[in-house]
Amino acid sequence: MATTNKNDDGFNWAFALKEAAFAAIITAGLSFPILALRTDMDISNKLILNQRWSWLIVAAVLVFVGRLAVLSYAARPKSTRAASTAPQSDSSKFIAKWISAVGLLALFLFPIVVTSALGGQGALKWINNYGVQIMIYIMLGWGLNIVVGLAGLLDLGYVAFYAVGAYAYALLSTHYGLSFWICLPLAGILAATWGVILGFPVLRLRGDYLAIVTLAFGEIIRIVLINWVDFSGGYAGVSSIPRITFFGLPFNDNVGSFSNFFGLTYSPIHRTIFLFYLILCLALLTNYVTMRLRRLPVGRAWEALREDEIACRSLGINTTSTKLTAFALGAMFAGFAGSFFAVRQGFVSPESFTFLESATILAIVVLGGMGSQIGVAIAAVVLIGGTELLRELEWTKQIFGQDFDPAQYRSLIFGAAMVIMMIWKPRGIVSTREPSIFLKEKKSVSGDLVAEGHG
Amino acid sequence: MEVFLQQLINGLTLGSIYGLIAIGYTMVFGIIGMVNFAHGDVFMLSSFIGLIIYVAITQLLGLSSPMFAFLLALAASMVLTSLWNWSIERVAYRPLRGSFRLAPLISAIGMSIFLSNFVQVVQGPRSKSINGILSGTFNFGADGGFGVSLPYSSIVIFFVTVILLAIFWYIVQRTPLGRAQRACEQDRKMASLLGIDVDATISITFVMGAALAAVAGCLYLLKYGSVNFADGFLPGVKAFTAAVLGGIGSLPGAVIGGLLIGLIEVFWSYYISTDYKDVAAFSILAVTLIFLPSGILGRPEVEKV
Amino acid sequence: MLSVSNPLLVVEHLTMRFGGLIAVNDLSFSVGRGDITALIGPNGAGKTTVFNCVTGFYKPTEGRLALARSGIAAAQDVADLTQSGAQHKQMPSGDIYLLERMPDFRIAHKAKVARTFQNIRLFQGMTVLENLIIAQHNPLMVASGFSILGVLGIGGYKASEQQAVEKAKSWLERIGLIDRADDPAGELPYGAQRRLEIARAMCTDPVLLCLDEPAAGLNPKESLELNTLLRSIRADHSTSVLLIEHDMSVVMGISDHVVVLDYGTKIADGTPSEVRNDPKVIAAYLGVDDGDEMNPAHGGAK
Ligand SMILES: Nc1ncnc2c1ncn2[C@@H]1O[C@H](COP(=O)(O)OP(=O)(O)OP(=O)(O)O)[C@@H](O)[C@H]1O
Ligand SMILES: [Mg+2]
Repeated sequence: MATTNKNDDGFNWAFALKEAAFAAIITAGLSFPILALRTDMDISNKLILNQRWSWLIVAAVLVFVGRLAVLSYAARPKSTRAASTAPQSDSSKFIAKWISAVGLLALFLFPIVVTSALGGQGALKWINNYGVQIMIYIMLGWGLNIVVGLAGLLDLGYVAFYAVGAYAYALLSTHYGLSFWICLPLAGILAATWGVILGFPVLRLRGDYLAIVTLAFGEIIRIVLINWVDFSGGYAGVSSIPRITFFGLPFNDNVGSFSNFFGLTYSPIHRTIFLFYLILCLALLTNYVTMRLRRLPVGRAWEALREDEIACRSLGINTTSTKLTAFALGAMFAGFAGSFFAVRQGFVSPESFTFLESATILAIVVLGGMGSQIGVAIAAVVLIGGTELLRELEWTKQIFGQDFDPAQYRSLIFGAAMVIMMIWKPRGIVSTREPSIFLKEKKSVSGDLVAEGHG
Repeated sequence: MEVFLQQLINGLTLGSIYGLIAIGYTMVFGIIGMVNFAHGDVFMLSSFIGLIIYVAITQLLGLSSPMFAFLLALAASMVLTSLWNWSIERVAYRPLRGSFRLAPLISAIGMSIFLSNFVQVVQGPRSKSINGILSGTFNFGADGGFGVSLPYSSIVIFFVTVILLAIFWYIVQRTPLGRAQRACEQDRKMASLLGIDVDATISITFVMGAALAAVAGCLYLLKYGSVNFADGFLPGVKAFTAAVLGGIGSLPGAVIGGLLIGLIEVFWSYYISTDYKDVAAFSILAVTLIFLPSGILGRPEVEKV
Repeated sequence: MLSVSNPLLVVEHLTMRFGGLIAVNDLSFSVGRGDITALIGPNGAGKTTVFNCVTGFYKPTEGRLALARSGIAAAQDVADLTQSGAQHKQMPSGDIYLLERMPDFRIAHKAKVARTFQNIRLFQGMTVLENLIIAQHNPLMVASGFSILGVLGIGGYKASEQQAVEKAKSWLERIGLIDRADDPAGELPYGAQRRLEIARAMCTDPVLLCLDEPAAGLNPKESLELNTLLRSIRADHSTSVLLIEHDMSVVMGISDHVVVLDYGTKIADGTPSEVRNDPKVIAAYLGVDDGDEMNPAHGGAK
């Protein structure tokens, strides 16, 4: 299908139409029973079939148009394509530098701008659903980036450490009344310890096997959380977890609260804004530590490990402990993020820590471009912001009728987007690698040379 | 003793289904070295296709023999699921062949998420059940008290598995197609230089894997009488465990692994804890990969320096 | 067997089996301190396997590999250490390591054996300079307080890193790659990659440098440069060299001692001129028929 016709006159319509028609026929065949015949239970609990052949036609037409669009995109003139893959020029390096500075400033101003523009109620949704939510995933992405992007270790069970952090705060605070500020480091340490315990036996496995074992560990932790009711509350989880305080000052309407202390009128948005700054600082801490470590021997050893483990061993690098530090550090940041999650929600349950979460975080890292901090941040904004935006599609009910629930399509679109983005940019958004040290001139390394690790 | 025999029957039935799914994992991993993450969902999809066709045949066309209708649905599901897997390989994996190693894995995970949610959206989130297609049982042992019951469906499942395994074994070992597959496993570049159509061989591998998954999907329906859009993930992981346990790349290994996983799961549920039965499967997966990465029948992999 | 007066490494009865295949069969030889020792033999003779045993990548099926970082190991001391079950001990006669007991990275780190690979293993996606800095991982790790002080910005890490860069620079000058320090290693031409791999190994300050076919794929000019580099390594550093090579101009030109393997068994061991005229060696290389020039039967580079 992908063989482009070598026709100099540009787009070959006959070929493209044939291709698109072929794809449409296949689609019709694929959707024949599953799309056109819907099974429903009738009152006597018997399965009946509802026929809806129009769906099949819609799917075929959509694929026909889509295939034509892809083919015409692929056949666009060579010159534009060359421009898009040109090496990074000086000006674009300059821009990249400014993007991070401006982005950082924008992040710090974000709550203030949104609140003054939309007022308390309107801003709440933006800061919470977009600001805080995306920042959590940026932080998780940066944490996992240490493991997958730098050290090249494929981890499909990262969410387990997020869960450890969340339950650590939830249980320590509800049972022992420990405050968030004490639990936060404890959660990190606990998660890192789990990282070492789980990492030790599995780190000598190669690529895909490591991925599957980490997936298994992630699932085991979730199943234990579900079934060990005395410990974790089972499916019901842990609720009424103490809320965040401003270093001891609670966010409420009473005497001695944050607003009371600072002489403000109470508004629920104070807490949200504080949460936003808190996760922003946690994420920036993750970023700072990672950037710093990349320039230290251990960080260089991680990247060397990703490039060639055997060569590392021949240079006297203890690969086991190097991998373990990456694993433990990644786990620690997930632990921090987890306890933040618990204090934000006030409620944790195993449902928040499914495999889908791990897959989402991994997708953010890979889509961002392995090892690139800014790429990961962009990918988190695109993927998480994008799925959040789908919530805003209530108006589509006007077109498709009241039964239509756009939220249903979120995961569907998310899955399809993962596939499409991989095909479009298999190496991620930022595919070049910045060297950690240079003599005269810092030149980024093309992604084609950078290995992706094998363990 | 009766209980033990009964669990043995249940375990072998379940294990046959896992084994059939595992073959798909093993063949794809063998030929392109990729964990086809979406395979569990392909299995679930095939079960839905089988269900819909079965209902269509019995209700719309009014065929009265349930067993005959089931066999027709099975055949149709095999064809359609193969078409699905062929398309999935074409769209989501082939463009990524030879590129960055993680890309196909992420693509497969995306495909898995897509498939289960696709089925949820188009068929609804509730489990779909049909009452017994084949409900009779043989009963042995103590009259009145606990006997051993051998459902007809278990017999069908067991025989279908054995026959299909024999056919596939023959194809892989004795036909030019199988030789081409093994050549591609060894060295894809060399195989293509020798005139083997590598793309076609890989496509056929996906088609074969899907056909077996479809058989597993329909047998699953026969055994449990119900299917849900989320039923792909766990059987998928367990079947992958089976493939690893048996030695990835080995067809009989996949079936032996499947039977073992089925037996372990059933006995674990009965004698230890139902709640933690999935932990058993996951632990076996971890322990096998750590201590016996080449599985029971696989060839050990040496690191050449 | 050539008697070596001051051996650095003594290999005794080394045997390596892969299933039924005996890749190395009861091999014994010594590597003299300060010498260049060449290990030659036709393709598949087991040379790389010997290297993998010496550097710990394979666990030998049988045999002892005793390396004395200093001193001249007395046979009694080596026997005592073997008895004691330890990997390493400072013995009266020298600082002795039993390599067959040590994992690969410890051999590189503690016993100070560095190596290159038959098919180059550089960190392709990292720059030339980074490759040389990573080779100095262990001392830098200590200097950065195992990264903890480094993250906090305490301690003298900056100065140590600067030292490491200086060392890298001096090697880059010697191998003529100083102008390419900031380019990715994967972009270098083949010959330069070979030299860089040697420089990287040298940055670990080895006492023994094992080179697996360093001249493979080099043109005659590069081959000569390599000779000069190896000689200067021997002259300027207290590094001994163990060399696998098919290119006889390199082997005969620079080595002090040649060991010849065929089908895993040693067939000759002596000075270059002794080995050159050994009929068994000529037979192994050229078949039983005679020939006046020694050439590897099946070519070196793969
Ligand atoms: N890991 C391994 N597993 C099985 N067999 C091996 C392994 N490593 C080497 N061999 C076998 O051992 C024998 C010796 O191989 P080795 O690589 O040591 O030869 P060599 O002398 O280095 O040859 P060349 O000149 O081609 O590099 C070969 O038959 C090879 O196939
Ligand atoms: Mg060799």
